[in-house]
Amino acid sequence: MTLPSMDLLSGTPAVVAAGVDVFSAALRAQGADVQDVDWRPPGFGDPADLATLALDRRRAAANRTAVERVMAAGSHLVDVRPARDVLGLGDRTLLHAGPPIGWDDASGPLRGALIGACLFEGWGSSVEDAERLLSSGGVALDPCHHRRAVGPMAGVTSPSMWTWVLEDPVTGGQAFCNLNEGLGKVLRMGAYGDEVLTRLAWMRDVLGPVLQAAVRSMAEPLDVKAVLAQMLQMGDEGHNRNRAGSLMTLRELSPAIVEVDAPSSDVAAVLRFIGGNEHFFLNLGMPTAKLAMDAARDVPGSTMVTVMSRNGTEFGIRTAGTGDRWFTGPANTPVGLFLGDYGPDDANPDIGDSAIMETYGVGGFTMAAAPAIVRFVGGTVPDALATTERMYQLTLAENPAMQVPILGFRGSPTGIDVLAVARTGWLPQINTGMAGRVAGTGQVGAGLVQPPQECFEQALEALAREARTAA
Amino acid sequence: MTAPPVRHVSLRSGVYADSVRLMQVSRDVGAREGVTAVLVAMATPLNLELAGGMGLAPEGTASADQLLVGVAAVDDDALGAAVAAVDAALAARERAAGPAQTVPLRTIGAGLSALDGDGPALAVVSVPGAYAVLEAADAITAGRSVLVFSDGVPVESEVALKRAAHDAGVLVMGPDCGTAIVSGLALGFANVVRRGPVGLVAASGTGAQQVSCLLDTAGVGVSHVLGVGGRDLSEAVGGLATLDALALLDADPATERVLLVSKPPAPSVASAVAEAAAELSVPVRSAALSPEDPDLTAAVEGLLADMGVAVPEWPSRGVSRPAAPGAVLKGFYAGGTLADEAMLLAAPVLGDVRSNTPLRPELGLGTDLSASGSVVIDFGDDALTAGRAHPMIDPTLRLEALARVAASGEPAVVLMDVVLGHGADPDPAATLAPALRAAGLPAVVALVGTEADPQGWSRQADALAAAGAAVHASNAQATRHALDLLGAAR
Repeated sequence: MTLPSMDLLSGTPAVVAAGVDVFSAALRAQGADVQDVDWRPPGFGDPADLATLALDRRRAAANRTAVERVMAAGSHLVDVRPARDVLGLGDRTLLHAGPPIGWDDASGPLRGALIGACLFEGWGSSVEDAERLLSSGGVALDPCHHRRAVGPMAGVTSPSMWTWVLEDPVTGGQAFCNLNEGLGKVLRMGAYGDEVLTRLAWMRDVLGPVLQAAVRSMAEPLDVKAVLAQMLQMGDEGHNRNRAGSLMTLRELSPAIVEVDAPSSDVAAVLRFIGGNEHFFLNLGMPTAKLAMDAARDVPGSTMVTVMSRNGTEFGIRTAGTGDRWFTGPANTPVGLFLGDYGPDDANPDIGDSAIMETYGVGGFTMAAAPAIVRFVGGTVPDALATTERMYQLTLAENPAMQVPILGFRGSPTGIDVLAVARTGWLPQINTGMAGRVAGTGQVGAGLVQPPQECFEQALEALAREARTAA
Repeated sequence: MTAPPVRHVSLRSGVYADSVRLMQVSRDVGAREGVTAVLVAMATPLNLELAGGMGLAPEGTASADQLLVGVAAVDDDALGAAVAAVDAALAARERAAGPAQTVPLRTIGAGLSALDGDGPALAVVSVPGAYAVLEAADAITAGRSVLVFSDGVPVESEVALKRAAHDAGVLVMGPDCGTAIVSGLALGFANVVRRGPVGLVAASGTGAQQVSCLLDTAGVGVSHVLGVGGRDLSEAVGGLATLDALALLDADPATERVLLVSKPPAPSVASAVAEAAAELSVPVRSAALSPEDPDLTAAVEGLLADMGVAVPEWPSRGVSRPAAPGAVLKGFYAGGTLADEAMLLAAPVLGDVRSNTPLRPELGLGTDLSASGSVVIDFGDDALTAGRAHPMIDPTLRLEALARVAASGEPAVVLMDVVLGHGADPDPAATLAPALRAAGLPAVVALVGTEADPQGWSRQADALAAAGAAVHASNAQATRHALDLLGAAR
């Protein structure tokens, strides 16, 4: 590589200009190749904080390190095990999505899922019983993210639920996620009726053991990252659309499932269940993204976001440069389309760890790969392309493993830069399901949402403070 | 839910649409007048359950590859219209995709990533000083050099940027320096000069313009002009960019000689730069202003002598009216270095000269810039450009000062610079000539430019001479001419 400086004097340079137009006009008059930037003052942030971060001598290298770790991480499906065993869930502990929260502040769908989990575990014999137990602090609550796990929507994971065990072959790191229940009245959307509990019991007694035996019998572990990469070429974006990914997963697992020593009716039920759930892959995609983002934890000086997550009340983010701190703000309510006769008033604010997909650079960030999604908000195909184009300006890199065909197989916009979010004033685009705001309702729709700006304001301030301390 | 009076429920085979599209159809038809419930969906178990809850369950068995159309309305007319609307919506093609939206590029980083090809490129930043550092840092991170026009960049930010640039192997030009010519491309305030063997490193914008224009007049061209910012040779910045620029030119095959142009540098920095320059293979001559070397024109003449090029007669036009007895010098400058040069040349003759950018702090002016006696004002100083364009673009303040002197009745000789070239006032004589005529004072103008400049040196010189000014291409000669006028009046 030649020194860039020599490059400066090696011929008439192309110019990228931000600011006063008259200079660009004079350059064009000389026949120069000029790219004007449509510059605006930063969207938020104290100018001194912004300058501190821009000038932090660690930043460029730290962000490069963080990005390299994200890109290098792989994801192999190595096991299926009960949460009790792999997540250190003692009795009377439940995991949930998003930043830390207690029962008092929990929204309807999170409460519904917690109630359902208590009933499922037999910690309460009635809804009232479970509510009493939860409101009296009889159950310890902890974010999935505190245990290298993720969970879609309410994300409630109890000891008896089975979890996917994914492993990064590069670092040996692991990440975990519970099994997807399907759509409609499901625990993760806050429903806890009999059909929900019956399904959870079947998943515990039949689905989990069959999947465990199948996964353990596979000669080569399923390369989940490769499935995610292929989905983007097949009309999925890996968050709100997982159809191709779910079918590919079914294809890969089927031979092993069929060979499991179990009644053929159970095997058929398992195959039917997986084939009938177009979001089955989501719970494999999420820990894949989690593995990659965990690999970038604790890189001092990096301004990259490593977690975006919501608990139905608050939205929280973490960055590579600020350790385990959460930066939170009130969660927004998604805009989108509704099932049946549900409407906007029925929707709960944003919930779920699934925004780990956008944190990793897919989902809403690869909207261009799945133009159908943008119609949730009445958008068109050009809107989908523009969404992804905009995300490139919020991110540090393009992930060559996750390509978007319609953009000339350009890599997905990866690694949200807090500084870039502040400077552009643009917020990350997230695709999401919508849970009913009343506990017990279940899913009411799906749509698009953005994080509250406050999370990024706090993160920016903390990163700048850390940079000053380190200087 | 009250039972709707009329409803339509049908199952259609061989029809498939994406669930998102069907949810859209349901929502749109549901918003119609008289419609109480709509469910258009593939007949999956989940959707059949939803349909049941809405009173729209189909009769008999349904399979997931059938399309369920359920509508409830207040009367038959509304129902018929709603079902027709469902059919129309299902048949409708997606509206034409339309032209691709262009997403605006918001930062230098985004602009640099959008560049095609991997040829030489640099960033030019003229956003407000508080934010210039963000954009400049983008360029450095991307491995590109950057020219920062913005003033008001804190000195500690300048130092941090230049250190980062050094580490990244790129150059930060500026801040607060309007001049650069890179491989013949003039950036910001720069003149149209021929290309040639002389590389300029300039901690002074107008100083570099003066020198490059005089060289051009002598038939000598420049390889590159690298403006490093007016503060680069201060104690605080320590010549960071000057040292990098010297190294660049040393390695550049097109550069045979280097001339270093600057305002009076900090002595320690000047000696460090001199030491570094002595190590280079390319000969470096200094045109750093000081009481001992007060004259940029003399520096150019020295360089020409080094090169064996004959020194031409520097162009001049016009004749000034004589000075009145007791006249003082009133210098109104747009270029800081040219103002410094004028003061350095005048001080030995006139004694102390007051200024907003004085040679010694005790000679400073108040904020109203008024003082009797000899005064030189740099209207390009940061304090006077806050919130307004540079005096090379906007002549208002200088013309006001000229009118005030004329009105004060204090006998004076007016000395001004007019800088031509890219980025500057397209026709400065158009406003200055009438103002000089109206002032009626003896006037000398240092006209920095070339014939090839958009404004044309002779065209401007003739117009100013016709207004009664003596015009010189050399600021040193202009200053001496003004001093001669004052001397003759003593």
